[in-house]
Amino acid sequence: METMLEFLPLVLSGVTLTISLALTSVVVAIVCGLIGAAMKLSSVGILRILGGTYTTVVRGIPDLVLMLLVFFGGQILINSIGDKTGLWTYVEVSPFWAGSLSIGFIFGAYMTETFRGAFLAVPNGQIEAAKAVGLAPRRYLLRVVWPQMVPHALPNFTNNWLVLMKTTALVSIIGLQDVVYNANQAGRTSQEPLTFLVLTFFIFLGLTLLSDIGLRKIGRVYAIREN
Amino acid sequence: MDFSLIFDNWELFLTGLGNTVWLVSLALIIGGILAVPLALSQAYNVPYFGKLSLWYSYALRGTPLLVQVYIIYYGLGQFESVRNSVFWVLLKDPYFCALLGFSLNSAAYASEILRGAIVNLPKGLIETAYACGMTRWKVIRRIALPIACRRSIFAYSNEVIFMLHGSVIASTITIVDLLGAGRRLNSQYYVTFEGFITVAFLYMAIVAVISLAFRQIEKRYALT
Repeated sequence: METMLEFLPLVLSGVTLTISLALTSVVVAIVCGLIGAAMKLSSVGILRILGGTYTTVVRGIPDLVLMLLVFFGGQILINSIGDKTGLWTYVEVSPFWAGSLSIGFIFGAYMTETFRGAFLAVPNGQIEAAKAVGLAPRRYLLRVVWPQMVPHALPNFTNNWLVLMKTTALVSIIGLQDVVYNANQAGRTSQEPLTFLVLTFFIFLGLTLLSDIGLRKIGRVYAIREN
Repeated sequence: MDFSLIFDNWELFLTGLGNTVWLVSLALIIGGILAVPLALSQAYNVPYFGKLSLWYSYALRGTPLLVQVYIIYYGLGQFESVRNSVFWVLLKDPYFCALLGFSLNSAAYASEILRGAIVNLPKGLIETAYACGMTRWKVIRRIALPIACRRSIFAYSNEVIFMLHGSVIASTITIVDLLGAGRRLNSQYYVTFEGFITVAFLYMAIVAVISLAFRQIEKRYALT
């Protein structure tokens, strides 16, 4: 118990990093997902092919492999591009950004499917009616399509978020001091690895439970009321 | 990029591929077997055991596989009694720990899929079976389980791919699986891309094979 208290601040600082990493990644994922969905729904053939390639390739490769590629390869790639073009000299990719960008990019592929499905679930007549009353595309997308997309997208979004949060545990492998990394560290120093790993297990379970309850509440707010 | 390295080290990748394939296959089989009692006890609300397996399934689906595998591989050795017990031969073996972790995790996911399928079986189907004079066990064995299994094939194919993706965690506990092979190549030759890109393509190839196989299975067995 005493060792646990001694290392608790270390573990908790890991929790903050895990949460901020997950939130940053989910924002990146939403952006990637919206772009991906727009590409897949676009009337331009080449964009549809690009969007399709994005989702199939990303969903075919394990997240850790992509993360290692971005983490170890991204830096070299960016700097060699900078060298060749002379636009920038030396850029250092921080592990935090390598982690959140790769996680965001990966889950963007899943979000693409979520958003695409939700968009297709909005009845076509709604869009036609919005066009008929003369709303501009930006207007009807924001005022008509988006509010109706959200309830269709939420169940899948919740699922993606829960998986994303668990995936952040992998950043400990590329040396980011998230909750898993710090718990491992604490376990090694105190020679009580189980204590801290079990603590991590319950921290993640708590985060899952909290998001599960929270997102279900949001779902109730957005639910389509049948008249 | 120098891809001749990969052809020179094809044996390394073959070993990795082999380890990934047998770890994932065995974990899926064990997980699948464990999933049946877990799903049944939840679907039929067996006293105590039903709630317990519900929590088991939720907890293992709600936490990272990495943490679960670490608990088994790094965590359990904390106690002297474990280290002195007969199980230590198994628990200090990374392959056994990975297999145990993957199986328990896969059981949780598979049981959730199967539970959903059992609960959502058409009421009339089950009532008819009872009306024919079948006992509860017979209904489960002959009607509920086979039909629920055939209705969960589609969802299960996703779980198989997730298990494959999750199996890369084996490489973090010293196992040379497919990713482990890529990492070893990279560190041996001080290269960055070759190993990872090769394994990325190999994983995609395995996913393609799994998807094709499941399309055939779905065509033959799937019920909606």
